[in-house]
Amino acid sequence: MGTSSRSPAAPAAPAAAAWRDVCPLAQIPPAGARVVKTARGQLALFRTADDVVYALLDACPHKGGPLSQGIVHGHTVTCPLHGRRIDLATGALEAPDVGCTHRFAVRVEGGRVLLDLR
Amino acid sequence: MDIATAGRHAQAAATPTGTAGHRQKLVMVGNGMAGVRTLEELLKLAPDLYDITVFGAEPHGNYNRIQLSPVLSGETTLSEIMLNDLDWYRQQGIALHAGDKVTQIDRVRRRVVTAGGRVAGYDRLLLATGSNPFVLPVPGKDLPGVISYRDIADTETMIDAAARYGHAVVIGGGLLGLEAANGLALRGMSVTVLHLMPWLMERQLDQVAAGILQKSLEAKGLQFMLQAQTEELVRGESGRVCAVRLKDGRSLPADLVVMAAGIRPNSELARSAGLHCNRGVVVSDTLQTFDPCIYAVGECAEHRGVAYGLVAPLFEQAKVCANHLAQLGIGRYSGSVTSTKLKVTGIDVFSAGNFAGGDGTEDIVLHDPGAAVYKRAVVKDNKLVGAVMVGDTADGAWYFQLLKDAQDIHEIRDHLLFGRTHLGDAGHKGQNLAATMPDEAEVCGCNGVCKGTIVKSIQEHGLFTLDAVRKHTKASSSCGSCTGLVEQILASTVGGAYQPADTQDKPVCGCTDRTHGAVREAIRERRLLSVQQAMAALEWRAPDGCATCRPALNYYCISTWPHEAIDHPQSRFINERAHANIQKDGTYSVVPRMWGGLTTADELRRIANVADKYSIPTIKVTGGQRIDLLGVKKTDLPAVWQDLGMPSGHAYGKSLRTVKTCVGAEYCRFGTQLSMSMGVKLEKMLFGMWSPHKVKLAVSGCPRNCAESGIKDVGVIGVDSGYEIYVAGNGGIKTEVAQFLCKVKSEDDVLAYSGAFLQLYREEGYYLERTVHYVNRVGLDHVKRRVVDDAANRAALYERLRFALQGYKDPWAERAPGQADARAASEFEMLEA
Repeated sequence: MGTSSRSPAAPAAPAAAAWRDVCPLAQIPPAGARVVKTARGQLALFRTADDVVYALLDACPHKGGPLSQGIVHGHTVTCPLHGRRIDLATGALEAPDVGCTHRFAVRVEGGRVLLDLR
Repeated sequence: MDIATAGRHAQAAATPTGTAGHRQKLVMVGNGMAGVRTLEELLKLAPDLYDITVFGAEPHGNYNRIQLSPVLSGETTLSEIMLNDLDWYRQQGIALHAGDKVTQIDRVRRRVVTAGGRVAGYDRLLLATGSNPFVLPVPGKDLPGVISYRDIADTETMIDAAARYGHAVVIGGGLLGLEAANGLALRGMSVTVLHLMPWLMERQLDQVAAGILQKSLEAKGLQFMLQAQTEELVRGESGRVCAVRLKDGRSLPADLVVMAAGIRPNSELARSAGLHCNRGVVVSDTLQTFDPCIYAVGECAEHRGVAYGLVAPLFEQAKVCANHLAQLGIGRYSGSVTSTKLKVTGIDVFSAGNFAGGDGTEDIVLHDPGAAVYKRAVVKDNKLVGAVMVGDTADGAWYFQLLKDAQDIHEIRDHLLFGRTHLGDAGHKGQNLAATMPDEAEVCGCNGVCKGTIVKSIQEHGLFTLDAVRKHTKASSSCGSCTGLVEQILASTVGGAYQPADTQDKPVCGCTDRTHGAVREAIRERRLLSVQQAMAALEWRAPDGCATCRPALNYYCISTWPHEAIDHPQSRFINERAHANIQKDGTYSVVPRMWGGLTTADELRRIANVADKYSIPTIKVTGGQRIDLLGVKKTDLPAVWQDLGMPSGHAYGKSLRTVKTCVGAEYCRFGTQLSMSMGVKLEKMLFGMWSPHKVKLAVSGCPRNCAESGIKDVGVIGVDSGYEIYVAGNGGIKTEVAQFLCKVKSEDDVLAYSGAFLQLYREEGYYLERTVHYVNRVGLDHVKRRVVDDAANRAALYERLRFALQGYKDPWAERAPGQADARAASEFEMLEA
C-alpha cells in the first residue's frame, strides 16, 4: 500500500522498540476508543468489537476531527465531525475520499495495552 | 484480447485452505452494461463464490453505451465513457475474452463454445447479449456507408464519414435516431431524418410534444420527412451509397445512411440452445431462463412480456440477478417504470410512464407555444401514471419519483405542473434549471460543491445514483436541502440511465437490505432487546454494523422496549455518549436545562461562576431560550455539570430539546392562558424522552404567538376558550408550517394529546426523521385517527409514553465526580503514555 511509506511505525517493530504500558485492555470499551496524551500529541486508542487494538493520531485527515470520539464499526471508525470513514489498520480514508492519518505501533500483552511512540 | 485471471485466484492460492478448486464457474456471454453491473453487484455480495469468465464481442472493456451520443456530437470522448477498463477485470480476477464471440451453448455438458474454438464449462451461465439494431430489409442495406448506431465502431464510422462527406440520412425518428442526427449535424453534415410514423418519438411523446421538439430541432438545422417509407438505398459510382429513394418516388442524396429504426433483443444464441424465447429470452422474476442454470439480464431478456431498451431497468435486473447468483435468494424483479430523456444539448425532452393516457385517466396540461413549453401529466386514481415534458424538464426527476412511488397527488394537484418550487437552495432562491445552470454555480451550500464538479464526477466515475454522487462529491450529503437539484443534474447528465432513489423501500444502510419499517417491526415482533441481538437476528452483513445503522437500531430497541432493552453507548453518536455537543475544535458545549425558558438569579450566578472557574470562552443565548457554554474541555464536563447543579438540557440529543414559551397570562396584558406554567409542565413531562430526531415545542399564551408555535414539532397556542395544538412544524432546513391537530380545553388535555402524538411518532417514526417528514409519510389523517378520534388509543399512547419516561435520571447528575461508575467516568478521562 502506498500509505505505509508515510507511517514510520511499522507493525513489526525492531527489538529496541520502546513499548510503553498504557492501560489494561478492559479500560477501552469494545467497539470504542480512549484518548492518550503523549509527547507526540493526543492519540486515539481503538478497540474493535473483536478485540483488535489500533493507535492513530487523534485527528481526521479531513478537518482534524477527534477520531477517538467517533463510532467504531468493524475495523473502521467514522469521524464525528463530518462522517468520513477511516480504516484503522492503515489510517487511510475510505475511497473515494483521499487522505491518511498517522498510525502508531500498538500491541496487547497479558491483558495490557502497549504503545510504541517512535 | 484476453486477460488472465490474477487477483482473486492468487489470493485464494496463498491461503492453505484456498478454495480455488471448489469454486463454481460462472460464464457470462456479453460484456455490456447490464452484464458487468450484475458482476459488480455479485462481487459485492459474494466475492469468492465463482471463477468468472466473460466473453464479449467488442474488443473493449465495458463502456457507457448511453454516452455514445455525446461522443458523436463531440461533447465527450471515448476514454471518458469507459466504465470498467481492462485493469478492472484483472483486479477482480475475471477472465475476459474480448472479441471472441460465443457461438454455441451446450446445455447438456454445461459449456459454451466460441468462434475462436474456445470451450468454457459453467455451473451458472449469464446471458447478457444485449440487442441488435433492426436493419430495414430494403435493397442496398449492405452497401458501404450504410450503418446502424449501436457501438463504438458505429460511432467511429460516423465521425469518420462526417469528416469526409456532406449528406447524411437517418432512418428512424426515435431517441437514438435524433441523437445520431444531432451529432452528425454538429459535425457539419446536412442531415435529414426519415420517420415512418406521423410524429417523432411516438413511443415516448404525444403529438403536441413531438411537434415542439421537431421545431426546436429544425431550428438547429435538421430536416425531417414524416410518414416517409424507404424503398431503396441507391448505389453510387464509387460503390458507396449515394441516395435514399422513398416509396413515393422522392429521392434524397446520402453519403451516409444511419439505420436507427429500433432494436431487437439478441436472443439468437439462446434460441439455438433451445431456451424458451419470445422476442427476447424469457426470464422469471428471478431473472432465470427456462433452464435454471442459465440467467439472462438486460436488453436480451424478456420479462413479463417486456424487453427493456433503457439502462435503468437493466440495473434493477442486475441487482436481483446478482442476489440470486450469490445464493442469497431474496429479491424479485417485478418490472420497471421507465423514463426517457433526449440527450441533445439545448433541447429538453422528458417522458415517463404511460404518457398516452386511456381509460380512467385524466390529463393535466400546460401548453405555452410561445415559450415552446409543454407539460402533460397523466393522472389515474389521484396518482401520476405518466408525464411528458418539452422545453422545461427541470422537474422530470421529481415527476418520475412521484410516479415510481405511486404517491397520492391529490393535495398538490392544483400546482403539480408548476413543479417542485423548493428545489435546491433551501427554498430561498426559487427555481433553478439544472441544465441551464453555469458550471461554476454553487449547488451544495454546505460543502461548497458547484455544478461543474458534480457533472465532471458523474462522467468520470460513471455514476448513476444519488448515493454515488454524494460519496464522490459530498454534494447534498450534509443537510440534504439541495438533493432535488443534485438529482436534476444527475438526471440531465445521464439521461435514461438515471435511477431515482427508492425513497419508500430504502434499506437502512449498506449493512442490510431491510427497510426502517421492516426493522422496527421485527424488533417489536421478535422482542429484540439490544443492537447486537437485532443485528444477529436480522442477519446483518457487517457483524457490527456501521455508524448509520447502529444508532438507529439502538433507538428502535430502547423506544420499543423501555426499561428492558439494553442501551449500547458505543452505538450512540458522541454527543449522546458524552451528554454534550461536540464542536469543530473537539471541545464541547454545555446547555443546562431551563424549564420553559425560566431561570433564577441563583442559577445565573452559578453559570457565571462556572464560566470563570473553567475559563469558558464563549457564552451564548440560544434560540430555545437558554444559555450555551461553548468551548468546554471534555475532561472538565463532569465537574462543570456538578458545579452548575442544573439538569441536562439535552441540546445534544435526538430527544426533547426545549419548550419555548412566551410570557403569557402570568404577566402579559394580552395573554389568555398561562403559557409559562403550561410550558414547564410539558417540559417536565417529556424530560429524558429519546425520539427518532430532535423534538422542539413551544407554548404561546395568545394567538399573537410570540413563542413561534407554528414552526415547532408540537406547538400550543392558548386562546380564550382553551388551547390549539399544532404538529409537525419545522424551522430548519426548509421552513415547514405546523399543521392544526385539534383544539382542547384543559392543561391536562394539552399534556395528553401532545404526549400521545409524540409517542406515536416515537413508535412509528424512522430514525432521523423529523415529525414533519413522519407526518408527510403517514398522513395527518392517520395521526388524527390515532390521537384525536380514538380516545382509548390516545390514552394508551399517553400511558406508554409515561411508562417509558418514568424513573428517568438526569444524566449529568449520574456522571458527577464520585457519583459515576468507573465505566461512565472513563469516557471523560484521558490516558497518558
